[in-house]
Amino acid sequence: MATELMTSKSYISHHLTNLTFGKLPEGTTRYDGTIVGDGGVWTFAHSSATVNEAATMGFWAINVDTMFWSISLGILFLWLFRKVAINATSGVPGKMQNFVESIVEFVEDNVNSIFHHKNALIAPLALTIFVWVFLMNLMDLVPVDWIPYIASQMGIPYMKVVPSTDINATMGMALAVFALIIYYSIKMKGVGGFMAELSLQPLGKWLLPFNLFLEIVGLIAKPVSLALRLFGNMYAGEMVFILIALLPFWAQWVLSVPWAIFHILIITLQAFIFMVLTIVYLAMAHEEH
Amino acid sequence: MNINLTIIGQIIAFFFFVVFCMKYVWPPITAALEERKKKIAEGLDAADRAERDLLAAKEQAEADMQDSKEQSAAIIEQANKRASQIVDEAKEAAHVEAERIKLAAQADIEQEVNRAKETLRTQVAVLAIAGAEKILEATVDEAAHAKLVDKLAAEL
Repeated sequence: MATELMTSKSYISHHLTNLTFGKLPEGTTRYDGTIVGDGGVWTFAHSSATVNEAATMGFWAINVDTMFWSISLGILFLWLFRKVAINATSGVPGKMQNFVESIVEFVEDNVNSIFHHKNALIAPLALTIFVWVFLMNLMDLVPVDWIPYIASQMGIPYMKVVPSTDINATMGMALAVFALIIYYSIKMKGVGGFMAELSLQPLGKWLLPFNLFLEIVGLIAKPVSLALRLFGNMYAGEMVFILIALLPFWAQWVLSVPWAIFHILIITLQAFIFMVLTIVYLAMAHEEH
Repeated sequence: MNINLTIIGQIIAFFFFVVFCMKYVWPPITAALEERKKKIAEGLDAADRAERDLLAAKEQAEADMQDSKEQSAAIIEQANKRASQIVDEAKEAAHVEAERIKLAAQADIEQEVNRAKETLRTQVAVLAIAGAEKILEATVDEAAHAKLVDKLAAEL
């Protein structure tokens, strides 16, 4: 029982560990008990019950699986859409063009209904977010063991295939959106206008520090909520898939099929929410309050 | 679950994807959509115009038909009028001719009657003289009684 519990635990934690590449500092005890020698060592992080090498590596390490899958999916998206864009005809569209057009029009409708300023960046940004996040989430529907198994056969110790279950991926996008919020706030209202917006409301100039505190918390909450909402949903969904995968193989489908079907809704919805909130935040950045 | 460089990598990737999408993906697709919208609008317009033209042509044709009907009716009426006029004229001419022929015939008859009367008169005079000669069995001086006999003949 104890070993079974251990294997379940290690199975779960193995599936939730990224393939991290970074530098282990000198003198670190590695997962196999060896000690890192002079000058440290650049390597993939391994983890065991007692050692967490990825944490030891600190900030200067990179999750290779997250980067690989997110960039591959981004390129897949752009390649597909670019192919359609090159051959785009104003006559009768083919199946592929029809499909792409329906997505583009869906995004355009959303942008037009929320964002009322002239900005050529917003619609392509929203399209990129929607499709890219959707594709990253879609990796969740690949049975949890397939790709990690193939990877382990190839000698790769960890492989987390859903980039949006990595807080770095979602936080990275959210920070990029945050940068755009700050940029457009200052561009549209000027530094003074932006500062006034942060400090003179909601309670008037006599409570300036209090206003500032409220508004800055609200401002920072935007990217944080954006990142954590997507990450939390996808991480939880992935976790449920992993737990289902612990069941005997003949019983898994009873839970995994309904959960996967339900998850189709979630991955689309999360991509949509990320897109709409981005548009809303940028629309707010363009407007005087 | 560790925050690390991946976050920067993701930002860079995101940036490049958005720029690529903005430059090479979004404009051609929306341009195609826009152009199709325009084409459809033009097509609908053309259909509307054609419908209006068709309606106008129908109306024109109906009016033309009405016109030609009226014209033909007028022509027929005129022809009828002319025909009856010709008939009338012919009747009149025939009437006049008949009258003329009748008058000529009457004149002929009268002449014939007069001539017959004249002949009869002379013959009666001769007959009367012959008869008187026989009755009187005497020679009558023709010259002396001619006047008397003529008077008698004239009285017949």
